[in-house]
Amino acid sequence: MFQEYDVIVVGAGHAGCEAAAAAATMGSKVLLITMNMHTIAQMSCNPAMGGVAKGQIVREIDALGGQSGIVSDKTMIQFRMLNLSKGPAMWSPRCQSDRAMFATEWRNILENNPNVDFWQDTAKELLVEDGQVKGVKTSLGIEIKSKSVVLTNGTFLNGLIHIGEKNFGGGRTGEKAATGLTEQLVQLGFQAGRMKTGTPPRVDGRSLDYSKMEEQPGDEKPAKFSYTDTKPLAKQRSCWITYTNQEVHDVLKTGFEKSPMFSGRIKGLGPRYCPSVEDKINRFADKDRHQIFVEPEGWDTVEVYVNGFSTSLPEDVQYAALRKIPGFENAKMFRPGYAIEYDYFPPTQLKSTLETHLIKNLFFAGQINGTTGYEEAACQGLMAGINAHRNVNDLSPFVLKRSEAYIGVLIDDLINKGTEEPYRMFTSRAEYRTLLRQDNADIRLTAKGYEIGLASEDRLDAVKKKQNEVEHIISIFATTKVSPEEINGALEQMETALLREKTTLSQLLKRPQISVQKLAEHSSIVAGLIAAFEEESVQQAEINLKYDSYIEKEMLLVDKMNRLENLNIIDNFNYDIVTSLSYEGREKLKRTRPSTIGQASRISGVSPSDISVLMLYIGR
Amino acid sequence: MNTTPVHQQEVICALATPSGVGAIAVIRVSGEGSISMVNAIFKGKNLEKAESHTVHFGTISDGTDIIDEVLVTVFKTPRSFTKEDSIEISCHGSDYIIRQILKILISKGARIAKPGEFTQRAFLNGQFDLVQAEAVADLIAADSQSSHKTALNQLRGGFSKKLAALRTELIHFASLIELELDFGEEDVEFAERDDLRKLIEHLLETIAPLIESFDLGNAIKEGVPVAIIGSPNVGKSTLLNALLNEEKAIVTSIAGTTRDVIEDTMLLGGIKFRFIDTAGIRETVDFVESIGIERSIAAMEKADIVIFLFDSEETFRDIKALSETLPADKHFLFVLNKIDIDINSAPRLYLLHEETIAISAQTQSGLGALTTKLIALVHKQSATDTVVTNLRHYEHLQKTFNSLTDVINGLTLGVTGDFLAQDIRLSLHHLGEITGTIVTDDLLDNIFSKFCIGK
Repeated sequence: MFQEYDVIVVGAGHAGCEAAAAAATMGSKVLLITMNMHTIAQMSCNPAMGGVAKGQIVREIDALGGQSGIVSDKTMIQFRMLNLSKGPAMWSPRCQSDRAMFATEWRNILENNPNVDFWQDTAKELLVEDGQVKGVKTSLGIEIKSKSVVLTNGTFLNGLIHIGEKNFGGGRTGEKAATGLTEQLVQLGFQAGRMKTGTPPRVDGRSLDYSKMEEQPGDEKPAKFSYTDTKPLAKQRSCWITYTNQEVHDVLKTGFEKSPMFSGRIKGLGPRYCPSVEDKINRFADKDRHQIFVEPEGWDTVEVYVNGFSTSLPEDVQYAALRKIPGFENAKMFRPGYAIEYDYFPPTQLKSTLETHLIKNLFFAGQINGTTGYEEAACQGLMAGINAHRNVNDLSPFVLKRSEAYIGVLIDDLINKGTEEPYRMFTSRAEYRTLLRQDNADIRLTAKGYEIGLASEDRLDAVKKKQNEVEHIISIFATTKVSPEEINGALEQMETALLREKTTLSQLLKRPQISVQKLAEHSSIVAGLIAAFEEESVQQAEINLKYDSYIEKEMLLVDKMNRLENLNIIDNFNYDIVTSLSYEGREKLKRTRPSTIGQASRISGVSPSDISVLMLYIGR
Repeated sequence: MNTTPVHQQEVICALATPSGVGAIAVIRVSGEGSISMVNAIFKGKNLEKAESHTVHFGTISDGTDIIDEVLVTVFKTPRSFTKEDSIEISCHGSDYIIRQILKILISKGARIAKPGEFTQRAFLNGQFDLVQAEAVADLIAADSQSSHKTALNQLRGGFSKKLAALRTELIHFASLIELELDFGEEDVEFAERDDLRKLIEHLLETIAPLIESFDLGNAIKEGVPVAIIGSPNVGKSTLLNALLNEEKAIVTSIAGTTRDVIEDTMLLGGIKFRFIDTAGIRETVDFVESIGIERSIAAMEKADIVIFLFDSEETFRDIKALSETLPADKHFLFVLNKIDIDINSAPRLYLLHEETIAISAQTQSGLGALTTKLIALVHKQSATDTVVTNLRHYEHLQKTFNSLTDVINGLTLGVTGDFLAQDIRLSLHHLGEITGTIVTDDLLDNIFSKFCIGK
């Protein structure tokens, strides 16, 4: 009934979809197995893509030739560039999505790829021979052969949903859990753990009084995620902000004794940065209010997502507490919030390609690796899909460095440090934040994506054009001098010191008060200079000119780190002969088996003196 | 105890004592097979059968001729400095003999050790950890007790403690900035720039003395510079000679590029003192007053401790005037000389300055009190503050200082938090190069424990 596939992808969430699309685009025959064809690319939590650090990841996925950026652009209902008041490294695209459209769009993309087949079923078991994966066996008892398998099971492995004192098996509200796979993997020698996450109630937007909330509209001039020619939004829907209060907290507290979290029924560890509302009022008792974002679920639906109110308290307590929130006095609840526990596999069991150390050609991506977030999952799926394809075709691993992409930071963190709580990306996790910006993801990554056969030639051409323009603009700014007579009028309006002699534009741009846009507004000379160029190129050139000293400083650090990355550790290095390694360092090194000194230096538990010891050994 | 077997490496050899002609020189040989290698060129007891930590007399020959009569000490693994099999050959201190013995060892398969390689092996074999290894390198270079003490203090982590305290303050600062960067969309408090500036300024104030202490740390290694200042004929030369005589411990008399900078160094109470411009002191006979004053001022500038020597009310007034020009960070002593000649004037002159020490350089009376006071001054200086002696530590402190200064500049220019954060991280990075700690995880942990965030 089935051919032998190159890649079987188990699970069709953000990770599974990207994995299937990437491997198939590169030429692999892919089978996507999902428990329910109707929930492909279902957004289980909030209907939004991007955000701080996450938006940068979506841009990176897009630059490499992934689909999340395109799907987001086509299905968004609001777009905002966050953090615009901060430096360019902090600018973070975020959109509200139409939940239903998002899923439909993804399914269309996959259906339009001739290399993707679908099968609705549950993968129960892996077929493994001689330490190598050979396919999967499904709950219908079918054995499907493949050269590689990518597991993207999300929250479904032994998923257990909690609402108050009730709990039941499930991978998402209204959907079954997946059983059997964890047990087999543990038998094969994998370590498994338990994590927890949660989601807030959904309410009827018609029952809310928005006049009691602050409106949060989209950007006046909305941008987008994809570097391709997707269109920015012409009209948008607003979100709304309201706050909890003491009354809300008091009601919530009445449910504490029935809380699965406080009673210890939930064993898994939840994310500290995405706490449930009961956790917030419990841990930060001195805070008298917490922010609530009221987010529409789509263009047409009346359903609304109550962001910031994640909870697993009994549904009647949720309901009563919600109604104490300003604007929610008459709220009707559609679905209660819930907590979900699920199995994950500590990601230190993975190589930098997301292939498992233990079983050849078996890849893990997404929440199964202990991460949280659509963007984190999607980029892992992309990388796992790429590397599954490359493994099957005997091609070298495709790995991104920490200095090249947030994706590199994420995977490197996962495999070296592991994670105790659901891992979310933050810009502060990236030591080279200034380099990893949303504006230059294409410059950083598109050539790489093209080289491996994922990004199209059109994408590559667009980047080349952008780079040429940027260089051109930079040289114009570096050589064009303006005289006090020409520019002082503009400077005066920008409230910055006037010129006494001719100065280059690049020199002027160093001043914090001055931007190209403002210069162009006030000076026809500057406006004329940039008129011929794409806006994106001008912005890129401006960032390079304005922040060159900071960028340079960071590049120096990258160089230094790369020297460590170039010190390879042989595959079977015997850590036992290095007597002066710390006990913990030795154990962690033996388990993670880093391929370079640089990687070794980031393993938690490996101290700098352990690294010096290794360097002495390898430096000889 | 560490029970992991020692990993022995190829045989290395090197001269372990300072080069130059001394009575005896020690050649150290270490590595797998080092004992049998030396045994093959040694005539005497069979060293392979010798117990560890035993000394044997014999001769070393190149196969035809005897090179030298030597004493050989055998150290068996793991009971040696490197934890490897090791041998120390004590031979006569002639360059020729040393070269010949090393040549024979090389012909037998040993190679010359790279600088610090014995220490490196000791370190690799778990003899000590990295910071300790660096301190050991300083210990090797330490040629006086005080320098030794600083190195030991570093081993015990006094230095690390101070840095750890600094780091905590910095991390708090960094977390505030990171909080507003990563969670700016949420209902978080923003870092007050004025408070941040104050904090950074405080940090700079804390780091500056550590950096400056490098000079003191170096002083302990190089010798504490002392100037003896006084009018002609108050007995400067006699005092210098008396001090040198009393200890009979002249370390060295270095001639610089001009004869003006002749300096005598000596050990007093385990501390190395370096007397500045001793040429000038010895030339007091035909001293022209104006030159004398210029020269005195120059010497005072270079000194950490100034001894103001006088023998009468008149000569006291001269130096009193000079002493008032002395910067506050210098230590000084008033010393009344010639109490043997005019014993009656002594009590009155004492009153001129409460801490005057009375001596007779001629009869050497009171010299004990003077040296005790000199030693006390150094101890006082080095005990109050952590002294940074390691050049690498110094460099990273300097870089921390520079990055923090960049933060201040950034604040002044009004750059955004992400760029401020970059310089703060750099500061943390440089501190981490010394104490060896991870930054990112600490920042996030700090954020999550202190702030309520999360949609």
